[in-house]
Amino acid sequence: MNSKGGFTPLPGLRERKGDIILRVETLGKKFPSTRRLVGSGEGQTALTQLSFDVARGETFGLVGESGCGKSTAARCILGLVKPSAGRVVFDGVDLADLDRHELRKVRRNMQMAFQDSTASLDARMSALAIVEEPLVIHGLGTRLERRRRAEETLALLGIEPEQARRKPHEYSGGQRQRIGLARSIVLNPELLVLDEPVSAVDVSMQAQILNLLRELQDRLTLAYVFIVHDLAVAEHFCDRLAVLYLGSVMELSDRDSIFRAPLHPYTISLLSAVPIPSPALEDQRERIILRGEAAQDGQESETGCPFRPRCPVGHDRDICRSERPMLERKKADQWVACHFPGELSVGDVMPAAAVPA
Amino acid sequence: MISGLRVRRRDDTPRRAESRVSDPVLSVRDLRTEFTAREGVAVAVRDVSFDLRRAEKVAIVGESGSGKSALGLSIVGLVDKPGKVVAGQVWLNGREISRLGDRELGRIRGSEISMVFQDPMKSLDPVKTIGDQIVEAIVTHEPTLKRAAARRRAVSLLREVEIPFAEGRYGDYPHQYSGGMRQRVMIAIALASNPDVLIADEPTTALDVTTQAQILALLGKLVEQHHTAVVFITHNLGVVAQFCERVEVMYAGRLVERSPVGKLFEHPIHPYTEALLNAVPRPDRRIERLQAIGGFPPPLTSVPPGCSFEPRCPLGHGRAICRDAKPVALELQGGEGAVIAECHFARDRWQTAAAT
Repeated sequence: MNSKGGFTPLPGLRERKGDIILRVETLGKKFPSTRRLVGSGEGQTALTQLSFDVARGETFGLVGESGCGKSTAARCILGLVKPSAGRVVFDGVDLADLDRHELRKVRRNMQMAFQDSTASLDARMSALAIVEEPLVIHGLGTRLERRRRAEETLALLGIEPEQARRKPHEYSGGQRQRIGLARSIVLNPELLVLDEPVSAVDVSMQAQILNLLRELQDRLTLAYVFIVHDLAVAEHFCDRLAVLYLGSVMELSDRDSIFRAPLHPYTISLLSAVPIPSPALEDQRERIILRGEAAQDGQESETGCPFRPRCPVGHDRDICRSERPMLERKKADQWVACHFPGELSVGDVMPAAAVPA
Repeated sequence: MISGLRVRRRDDTPRRAESRVSDPVLSVRDLRTEFTAREGVAVAVRDVSFDLRRAEKVAIVGESGSGKSALGLSIVGLVDKPGKVVAGQVWLNGREISRLGDRELGRIRGSEISMVFQDPMKSLDPVKTIGDQIVEAIVTHEPTLKRAAARRRAVSLLREVEIPFAEGRYGDYPHQYSGGMRQRVMIAIALASNPDVLIADEPTTALDVTTQAQILALLGKLVEQHHTAVVFITHNLGVVAQFCERVEVMYAGRLVERSPVGKLFEHPIHPYTEALLNAVPRPDRRIERLQAIGGFPPPLTSVPPGCSFEPRCPLGHGRAICRDAKPVALELQGGEGAVIAECHFARDRWQTAAAT
């Protein structure tokens, strides 16, 4: 995109710079308490102290279960929600420094892909119109240029121009997913935030979408922030990941380290919980079944480690009760927030064949 | 050393002779269920037959559009307009139940066969307390039981499904329970009267993975204790590998492969099964690109005339026999570890698998 808002054709392979496109620094978000009109007004901490970098063309995974804060993080990153603490720096610019107009411009470069494309596509618009819409909204190109760009983008996702004039309900679920993706990349963004793009789809569709995302990433040098709860998918797809629990980062690392030698008991519990599609390997496993469930509203502990109540390592330990562990660097690219990192080992819950060498 | 509960995956105790009675507890024969839609008639269950032995855990694996949920509903007589079971039989404990009236079925449901669904909120009444709903389920099958006794049993059921502070949580409403807890309640209700068969339709799909692990462990424990046979309907191959002993693969309304779980994953015979296994990311197999299955399953209103998988089949696509002729179910191995596959090339693939 040139600076006047004019139109540049979809490039082929962009130069892979490998530098940092997104920097999230001690991001935090507290939501006002919904329980009472008057009262403590303490609020709920959805996210705290989240820091990570994403390089161009790289995939960063935010992994965690419900209530871990990953969706809140996504919204902060996209500038849809103002953080309570910390900052989001995109392409060198702190989002907080931007006014609404400037933020909008930045958003051309940073898009979101939704989990449920069926719900997010306007039922009255043709696929072509849906993909053209972002161009219209941002006032880019002439009508002809917009049409051409929308057609090119859809073709990139396997929907040819002749097929592009139907309405969403006339396409299959998988095609709708592709239309949603086309809309996300038509502006040629450098970063895509993907919120659970494959969790609601079947196995075969999941594979198609993941392969497609990978292909797009390679062709367009796209960076992804990939929000996912399925560890197997995360392992397959992400270069680096952060494991979140109740709004805090438990462990942050490159993919291989996290799956070869995770250090946090929660990461290991997650790995333990994920069934492996292999009865032979399943037979060899011992499982950690966590007690209870993640804290419900208002039960969060202010002191100590948020995972302590369920932690197989720390739940009876004083320091875990009294002191919140800080994220510390243990290896070149591995950070852990735990008083006893590594006490539990991946070998306790994963058969050797399932652990990367 | 580790204070979390550790559970061995497989129960090491040898199976008792009586739990492997030769007669199956559930037998489905040539079942056919159709749904009338504007586009035509969708045959969701197309002449399906299978057996379930006492205390056995069988998976029905399929994706959306396979008819697997319709199969579950058909077995327990819960198919509603515009759907209808149009042919076939369902034998439960030696008695044919597919033609029974609502009242009779109501008696059987819960006491002999139960069902658990993916979304507990669809089955739980939001304006009744959890406790009352469990009591309701109990007294339906034991009408002479006094209220106080039923209440005590309900509380003990809540404890059995590991709801903390069961006595106190008895009076809560469904929305006050988390997803995992609601599912536990569903399991409690389903197993309240000790049924012989439990049909579980994607019971853990909507749950977090650690909650899923808890629920699967609980379910495993309870069905082991009560010798309940389970039909586990799911698309999650990991859960199948973890929980089930035998697998039926469903595609476009048909059961296209039957195999003991180990064999299925090791040597899938039907190309769809193989494709499914290759499409799933696995920690023990690192690959750059997953092998996606091209195309989409056929709409159940217009299944191809020959093999329904032919359009997407890496083996059969374009072959005259696959396009024109419906494959017949071939028994490649009989007995308890039966392997059956519906594919024109089943025999060849079986022999190749045996040779490796």
